[in-house]
Amino acid sequence: MSTLWRVADVVSSIPETETARTIGLRVNGLNGNLAGQHIDIRLTADDGYTAVRSYSVSRADMEETLEITVDELANGEVSPYLVRELAVGDQLEIRGPVGGWFVWKPTDTNPVQLIAGGSGIVPLMSMIRAHHASENPAQFRLLYSLKSPEAGFYREELQTLGQESRKLTIDYVYTRKAPEGWPNTPQRLTAETLLANILPTDAVPDIFICGQTVFVETVAEWLVQAGYPAASIKTERFGGTGGTR
Amino acid sequence: MGIISSGFHGRRQTGNPALPPGQYETASFPVLTAGPAPRIPTDEWEFFISTESGQRHAWSWDTFMALPQMDIHTDIHCVTSWSKLGTTWRGVSLDTLFEDVETNCRFTMAHSYGGYTTNVPLPDLLGGRAWVAWEFDGEPLERAHGGPARLLVPHLYFWKSAKWINGIELTQDDVPGFWESNGYHIHGDPWREERYS
Repeated sequence: MSTLWRVADVVSSIPETETARTIGLRVNGLNGNLAGQHIDIRLTADDGYTAVRSYSVSRADMEETLEITVDELANGEVSPYLVRELAVGDQLEIRGPVGGWFVWKPTDTNPVQLIAGGSGIVPLMSMIRAHHASENPAQFRLLYSLKSPEAGFYREELQTLGQESRKLTIDYVYTRKAPEGWPNTPQRLTAETLLANILPTDAVPDIFICGQTVFVETVAEWLVQAGYPAASIKTERFGGTGGTR
Repeated sequence: MGIISSGFHGRRQTGNPALPPGQYETASFPVLTAGPAPRIPTDEWEFFISTESGQRHAWSWDTFMALPQMDIHTDIHCVTSWSKLGTTWRGVSLDTLFEDVETNCRFTMAHSYGGYTTNVPLPDLLGGRAWVAWEFDGEPLERAHGGPARLLVPHLYFWKSAKWINGIELTQDDVPGFWESNGYHIHGDPWREERYS
């Protein structure tokens, strides 16, 4: 069923940063999707030329609507159109949601450590929202590595959730520019900073890492070296393909 | 014809007959895996083929490297829509590895270090269409890309070309592997767009 192309209506389009936008898509018969999945988007030019890219879903908790967050790639073929041109009321085609591996289900009971590099937050946000909306009491912790405060997605929502939720802890690492009064100098994520800001090995968390390839490879390597079982680490990579994953 | 996005122009590449439907060409070599990359020193590496009778054929790195080696020029196609054209590999043909293997099975399960599995029908592995590759672009295969050695089945979507290959188990039935159990197509022919199940 998921291999069929379906028409989606653009029902919202909200800027997240200067280069990223969250797009709401209403799809008849969508019937929900799992947190962490992605969809394929197909754009067709007026001469019939088509281009397909995959985008992670950022909100999966509504019945007929899902949201994706697209970060514009400087040389991208599809993302500049989605971020700059697409408007509410437009239609496009989607396939999916697909993927049964990099997903979190409300029936999962283990504590969860999420690790996001930049726009890698997108599928993890879907998990945070699904977890928040559920009765699931498992502890969630997010480590969000960012160039600067302005580069953050879902800033207000994460701030509110971080303050109000008893089952979610959020830690930020800034790599180039920190907010005013931030105790640490911005620098690239190190193994030491990583390990000081995540659930310890004896909590036996399920770990989801998403970001650019180098970020994901490096973080996964540090975790394995620190004693987190490789089987508990799930990864998703962005970038380098002209798509966002 | 789908929904027209009038402001969308795109970059025409689909005129290239080397590109399967729905694919676009990339010059980079993206990495897509499900978890951390395992580390396998070549002196601990082994490649096996096991049959329904319990027979097990195995090669160490040295005996594997002593087999006839081939240069492979091929295009590769990832299910996430990128294709990389004109790639160069070096490795051992599965025809060579299967030379002394007797079996009535029609299917296989490829097993990787780290636990990854993918199912491939036996005919897709034979006839000069599949290799165990250890060199990419004249350099030893990087760990992130499956080194020391990966399966190379370029006529199927690239998730079938299992990284960190450890061995091939012959099976009576077509049993779904890792991605095949997680939403991807049981066979994965890019020319038929066999992407998702």
